[in-house]
Amino acid sequence: MPDLTAMTLVEARDALAAKKISSRELTGAFVQAIEAARPLNAFITETAEQALAMADASDKRRGEGKAGALEGLPLAIKDLFCTRGTRTTAGSKILGNFVPPYESTVTQNLWNAGAVMLGKTNLDEFAMGSSNETSAFGPVFNPWRAKNSNANLVPGGSSGGSSCALAADLCLAATGTDTGGSIRQPAAVTGTVGLKPTYGRCSRYGIVAFASSLDQAGPMTKTVRDAAILLTSMASVDPRDSTSVETPVPDYEKLMTGGVKGLRVGIPKEYRLDGMASDIAGLWDRAAGWLKGQGAEIVEVSLPHTKYALPTYYIVAPAEASSNLARYDGVRFGHRAEKPHDMTDLYERSRGEGFGAEVQRRILIGTYVLSAGYYDAYYSRAQKLRTLISNDFGAAFEKCDVLLTPSTPGPAFAVGAKTSDPLEMYLQDVFTVTVNLAGLPGISVPGGLSESGLPLGLQLIGKAFDEATLLRAAAAVETAADFRAKPARWWAP
Amino acid sequence: MSVDKDTVRRIAKLARLAVPEARLEPMAGELNGIFKWVEMLGQVNVEGVPGMTSVVAQKLKWRKDVVTEGGNADALMANAPGGEEHFFTVPKVVE
Amino acid sequence: MSRTIKGQSGEWEIVIGMEVHAQVLSNSKLFSGASTEFGAEPNSQVSFVDAGMPGMLPVINEKCVEQAVRTGLGLKAKINRRSVFDRKNYFYPDLPSGYQISQFKDPIVGEGEVTIDLKDGTSILVGIERLHLEQDAGKSLHDQSPDNSFVDLNRSGIALMEIVTKPHMRSSEEAAAFLKKLRAIVRYLGTCDGNMDEGSMRADVNVSVCRPGGYEEFRKTGSFKSLGTRCEIKNVNSLRFIAQAVEYEARRQVEILEEGGSIRQETRLFDSKLGETRSMRSKEEAHDYRYFPDPDLLPLELEQDWIDAIAASLPELPDEKRARFIAQGLSPYDASVLVSERELADFYEELAQGVDAKAAANWLNNEILGRLNRDGLAITQVPVPAAANNAIIRMVADGSINGKIAKDLLDIVWSEGGHPRAVVEARGMKQVTDTGAIDAAIEKVIAANPAKVEEVKAKPKLAAWFVGQVMKETGGKANPAAVNAALKTRLNLPDEG
Repeated sequence: MPDLTAMTLVEARDALAAKKISSRELTGAFVQAIEAARPLNAFITETAEQALAMADASDKRRGEGKAGALEGLPLAIKDLFCTRGTRTTAGSKILGNFVPPYESTVTQNLWNAGAVMLGKTNLDEFAMGSSNETSAFGPVFNPWRAKNSNANLVPGGSSGGSSCALAADLCLAATGTDTGGSIRQPAAVTGTVGLKPTYGRCSRYGIVAFASSLDQAGPMTKTVRDAAILLTSMASVDPRDSTSVETPVPDYEKLMTGGVKGLRVGIPKEYRLDGMASDIAGLWDRAAGWLKGQGAEIVEVSLPHTKYALPTYYIVAPAEASSNLARYDGVRFGHRAEKPHDMTDLYERSRGEGFGAEVQRRILIGTYVLSAGYYDAYYSRAQKLRTLISNDFGAAFEKCDVLLTPSTPGPAFAVGAKTSDPLEMYLQDVFTVTVNLAGLPGISVPGGLSESGLPLGLQLIGKAFDEATLLRAAAAVETAADFRAKPARWWAP
Repeated sequence: MSVDKDTVRRIAKLARLAVPEARLEPMAGELNGIFKWVEMLGQVNVEGVPGMTSVVAQKLKWRKDVVTEGGNADALMANAPGGEEHFFTVPKVVE
Repeated sequence: MSRTIKGQSGEWEIVIGMEVHAQVLSNSKLFSGASTEFGAEPNSQVSFVDAGMPGMLPVINEKCVEQAVRTGLGLKAKINRRSVFDRKNYFYPDLPSGYQISQFKDPIVGEGEVTIDLKDGTSILVGIERLHLEQDAGKSLHDQSPDNSFVDLNRSGIALMEIVTKPHMRSSEEAAAFLKKLRAIVRYLGTCDGNMDEGSMRADVNVSVCRPGGYEEFRKTGSFKSLGTRCEIKNVNSLRFIAQAVEYEARRQVEILEEGGSIRQETRLFDSKLGETRSMRSKEEAHDYRYFPDPDLLPLELEQDWIDAIAASLPELPDEKRARFIAQGLSPYDASVLVSERELADFYEELAQGVDAKAAANWLNNEILGRLNRDGLAITQVPVPAAANNAIIRMVADGSINGKIAKDLLDIVWSEGGHPRAVVEARGMKQVTDTGAIDAAIEKVIAANPAKVEEVKAKPKLAAWFVGQVMKETGGKANPAAVNAALKTRLNLPDEG
């Protein structure tokens, strides 16, 4: 019996279409794998019964000749997407046992396309983190371990549960969200593909908001082609989201053909950081060579405001978050402190008990930078920096069609290695954050292994709404990299 | 900008966040580390640069004036702590 | 009401500004599709967006934008083609998201003005600073249980227009007149129903006092330093209360200042039972609202031709109507009263079709409004339609009936219905002008009262008694002027000077 869980989305889609397997069989295989992989802690909520019921319904539809774009394909959903009737936690205690009476647009699109939900994956609390260590439901362990080491590593964050599930073959594909790198960075450190679409491409309706002007949902998959397929179903023009852009969704799978001959690939010089690890720098150079070898033109470009991107992000994101998280107050849903003696007490204790340390830190930062006397110096200034950063990309894209950079400054690190200093954790997003600030699409593709035998990712950045070119270039890198390594299965006997 | 524990206490109050007394000083330290780091933005000349008020180059979408939601107090109250006969309950507020 | 009040040490000037919150007339809310109907079961008109549930997002209602622009045009104000929605952040149980979507730096409407007409016939201009759109909050009920307050979010998210005036009002009369005029304007426009008792219009009134000359200085220099410290009286919800609140607050401030104290800038509530203002406990700490542009929305951009189309569709507003009525012959005061309610003005116009304007106005003021008041009815509930009243006025004008009969006629159709002309026919109420009939009636009265005939020759003023008797004899239907003239001739009475 071939390992059903090792298939890609395309392979499974073909197998189902050819009636070689049923969705019930496929889903059953994943349900078992998930059970066996509990030590990884990738899922907060497993929805085995519901998954099998959805699979059966799918098989019935297929029998009637009605098959959607994702018919019968089992997916894992980051627990930031509100799913009707299934507990949604945002990785936090403060939501208590909140069961949404509504469905997010993105997940509704997936169910409309016939997909199956395996469960809700673990994440950094309120998507704030780069290692999945801030989750109120415990850390997630990377299926990958360094050579000759038994140390548990982080799967990246905030979409750590999704990236872990994917790398451990616990789902065919997963959804994630990316505010500063939360799809691309976990994808990079788990050897998987992660795409953050252009801001406004996927609807934010029903996704627990972190930083409204930066958040974007996206596909996390085993291959670039799988990402194109999943994105086509996730994306839509949504009248319920005022920031959803009115550009129709094309078939991205069809658009990613054509190769990269004549494509101009920009290499931003400011991304070559002092002290960059040699394996990363080497991989980056090799990737440029791969693309050149396939007919692309390599161009050096400049993004002068790159070094201001992270501090800009750490003003804008916490500011928006401090306001978005004000609704978690114990009044209408979620955790409420015991025996509050007045409103102030109810608010302060419910929130103090319900929010973890990183979330509290960011709420305080955000509250402070928006407060009287500081707004101009910090928030207002940061918004102007965003314009400058965005203009940098605009200028660079006059000279090239996509940009190529490393995804992260290093491979997966050990659990607990970077939790003593918040700033050290923030630096994980140094290559990814610029993309969210400018609202552009970005993708991470597995490029190779580090000296310690851990996956390293390559990032491609595209023009707004030019996911087609981005996917084409990513496919070219993927083909050349030919990354076939898989983690040794240490978590299940 | 530099914050001391009194400032942290005040900001926590604004944010309705109970921070234990013992955490105020360490939190001030953590925040100061971050604030010191973001100071570097002061180096940039932003004169005449407009703030990015919208990430998408699109006009605000308008909705037609039709009633399409509501009428479902049960669903609304389903997750409410306490709650009585379709009212949300909170400790007595004195105006 | 004078523009100054007398304190122990001399005169003081009152300066008043207002912030009016007017609920927009629309079917659904500003940023959600829930209904705005008044009086529904608790929490039955609440979208998940209004309830601030996780992941919910605002989408703006085009009708609310239109209503704001329409109101701005009615206030002769500048419409800003680009405006921004900001979040006003604070915690309160009736504010589910922990922030109110409002407009801070860039409101949809800029400066405008409202003319108010005072009882003494003068008019003043009250400047409007701005108008912006914002969400209303839910309602908290504090008296349903000893330990808990109850929250109903039906009102949460309904569109409000916040209209801010410049401090151009100088007395309680002016303050009440302004609000009355503003209410008339929005009702004419159909942008707000102005029902203060239902809470669809509420005013926050800012009051300060200063020594004579201070206000003039302020108008000249624009510097608020020339004015006194102001106090804000929140949520005044009736015209009567506005006047009372202003009077009380001005007095309170004068007393403090005359004793050598100073006014603490604070927010106060008006207690209508006691007729006093008192300090609001919960507003002691200064709020830091941390305004920033709402990242879930984009700037609001309006096309000029869209604005122009709204301007072209505006109904005739009170000022224009008033000017037209004056041109038709009404006094400024009468005209002001009539235009204060659109329904009243519309009634009057129909009433005045083809008859003397003044006669119609008098009929309305003297006969109809009195009866409506007596029966506790509004003009929209008048039992005798305008056209029927118009018929009565015409019958008086053409001499078919006299003035007294006209009133009797109105009483009949008011309580029993029927068309006036038909009733006059059926009951034979037509005025008697036939001189033969009048002469006959006069002969009858003279014959029955020989003593009076002698008296009247000595005291001509007693002729009035005879007129009354002749009127009785004719069942009240004789034309009084004709009776008077015939009587004078018959009794040889001198003409009155």
